[in-house]
Amino acid sequence: MNDPNSAVSPLDLDAKESTFLDANELILNMGPQHPATHGVLRVILKLDGEKVLGLECIIGYLHRGVEKIAENRTYAMFNPYVDRMDYVAAVSNGLGYCEAVEKLLNVEAPPRANYIRVILAELNRIASHQLWLGTHALDIGAMTPLFYTFRDREEILKIFEKYCGARLTTHAFRIGGCLYETYDGFEQDVRNFLDFVGPKINEYEELLTTNRIWVRRTRDVGVISGKDCIALGVTGPVLRASGVKWDLRKAQPYAAYKKFDFEIPTGTNGDTYDRYLVRMAEMRQSIRIIRQAVDGLPSGPIMAKVSKVIKPPVGEIYHSIEAPKGELGYFIASDGSTQPYRVRVRPPSFVNLQALDLMCKDQLVADVIAVIGTLDIVLGEVDR
Amino acid sequence: MPEDPKPPAARSTNTGTPEKPVAGANPVSATPPAAGAPPAPAKAAAAAPAKPAAPAKPAGPVPTLWEAALVDRLKRRFGSGIEAWTYLGQHYLQADGAVVAELLQILRDEEKFDYCVDVTALHYPKRERPFDLVWILYSFPNNQRVRVKAQFADGAGAPSVVKLWPTTNWLEREVFDMFGIRFEGHPDLKRILLPDGWKGHPLRKDYGILQQDSEWVQINLGIESGQ
Repeated sequence: MNDPNSAVSPLDLDAKESTFLDANELILNMGPQHPATHGVLRVILKLDGEKVLGLECIIGYLHRGVEKIAENRTYAMFNPYVDRMDYVAAVSNGLGYCEAVEKLLNVEAPPRANYIRVILAELNRIASHQLWLGTHALDIGAMTPLFYTFRDREEILKIFEKYCGARLTTHAFRIGGCLYETYDGFEQDVRNFLDFVGPKINEYEELLTTNRIWVRRTRDVGVISGKDCIALGVTGPVLRASGVKWDLRKAQPYAAYKKFDFEIPTGTNGDTYDRYLVRMAEMRQSIRIIRQAVDGLPSGPIMAKVSKVIKPPVGEIYHSIEAPKGELGYFIASDGSTQPYRVRVRPPSFVNLQALDLMCKDQLVADVIAVIGTLDIVLGEVDR
Repeated sequence: MPEDPKPPAARSTNTGTPEKPVAGANPVSATPPAAGAPPAPAKAAAAAPAKPAAPAKPAGPVPTLWEAALVDRLKRRFGSGIEAWTYLGQHYLQADGAVVAELLQILRDEEKFDYCVDVTALHYPKRERPFDLVWILYSFPNNQRVRVKAQFADGAGAPSVVKLWPTTNWLEREVFDMFGIRFEGHPDLKRILLPDGWKGHPLRKDYGILQQDSEWVQINLGIESGQ
């Protein structure tokens, strides 16, 4: 990047660009109510004909003040709230929060709890990627994958429902471990699902990977280099598709990830097509991780010794995990009372969305939709 | 941060990989003391919200001095302007507000902290300089994390680091939105999550949880209250 500021330039709506014909310049408002923005995102586009000169995101429509709420709840009471940020990957949110508080308490969840956590978090990663694929393909014009992915995602939600009674906002974990022991037949259900979903992923790929329309709509669209990703703090599959082999599950392992053998899929071009391939490969790696976790599921307690009233000692902690969308971090400050002094959530969607401007520059209007889809944002997490 | 000395816990610090779960720590004995010895298990524990004074803080973890080559290099340059600590295996630098801009620059340019994970703030209203700004940095080449903290007075501008890490553009805007801290040198400092005309900064401690800008709500939404 030559001038780092150019990556996220403020959009000066009054300034005239000195293009060939000023009359071609157009300010176009997209959203906040727009089916392709995956929620309530408003984008102001500055166009020269079909070409995007720049854009500005207006966010905050879903702001609920989660961080303020946290300061007025006990540690355990805040736990369900985090599920409502990235509501398509609630398990990951809960995992990050519980681990952060555990770290602050200097407790470690028992091995069995960690295995259960990994299984559910990876199932959730598959579910999140399936939802992403369905909606992303729908945005671009491929209607069929949506039905396929939602049909298959249902099986994951059924496992969640049987495990903890909820399908989306699961509140599956507690500070110190898991509340629920696995139900009878859990392992068999998970195994059956893995056998079922593997061929299904091939099915999605058959629909899209070599589909000419899909390739034309995604290849060389929304290109971002690894260097720009790092400068802009973009993490997750977007970073990996740009060729940076970095995954917190490997770089700074948490839960039980150290014990499993898996690879970090990366791309080379950093375009929408590569991001698609990376996420498809990630689903396969998740299957691999879950299979190892189910096979090696240890017995033993699922809850560490944590007092009923959680009162961490005075101090601050930052803990982050690899959520399906990127680095999800929690910065928690304790003043020694039962309520956190401050909880800061570092949301991957919020930070990744910042790259939209750079990725859409000089692309066509129609590609903005593709790029929003490929960033895989959830507005509940962007706005918190 | 806690400065009151507590019984030392003699924690070993592993300098290389700060974020990894501390292997040496015994999870059971390190459990916090809140419910030191609750009597009858089930009922009492559920009913008693830890009123039975639990002042006995046995082995609470305390920040220890962080010693590393990186710290030595920084100390040589900044002298008493910075303090380096380790808490629960995580490193942080407490810097003077006057040198923090230079410190961040050096951390990025010379110490390879190429990724700014997060910028956030804490509000301690009773302090003379009530705001703690926290930069969470990560180094891809060294797989290392460090937090930089500095105190700022209300109304004093903090240095913007958008030129160093473009990612901080929105992060600083959010801190401004939520705490009202102005970042000097930010290209476009305006609210990000709340509407532009909103009054007040919600994450300040003196902003109530039910508080809202009722004037804004009435004018823009045409309702008496948003609750």
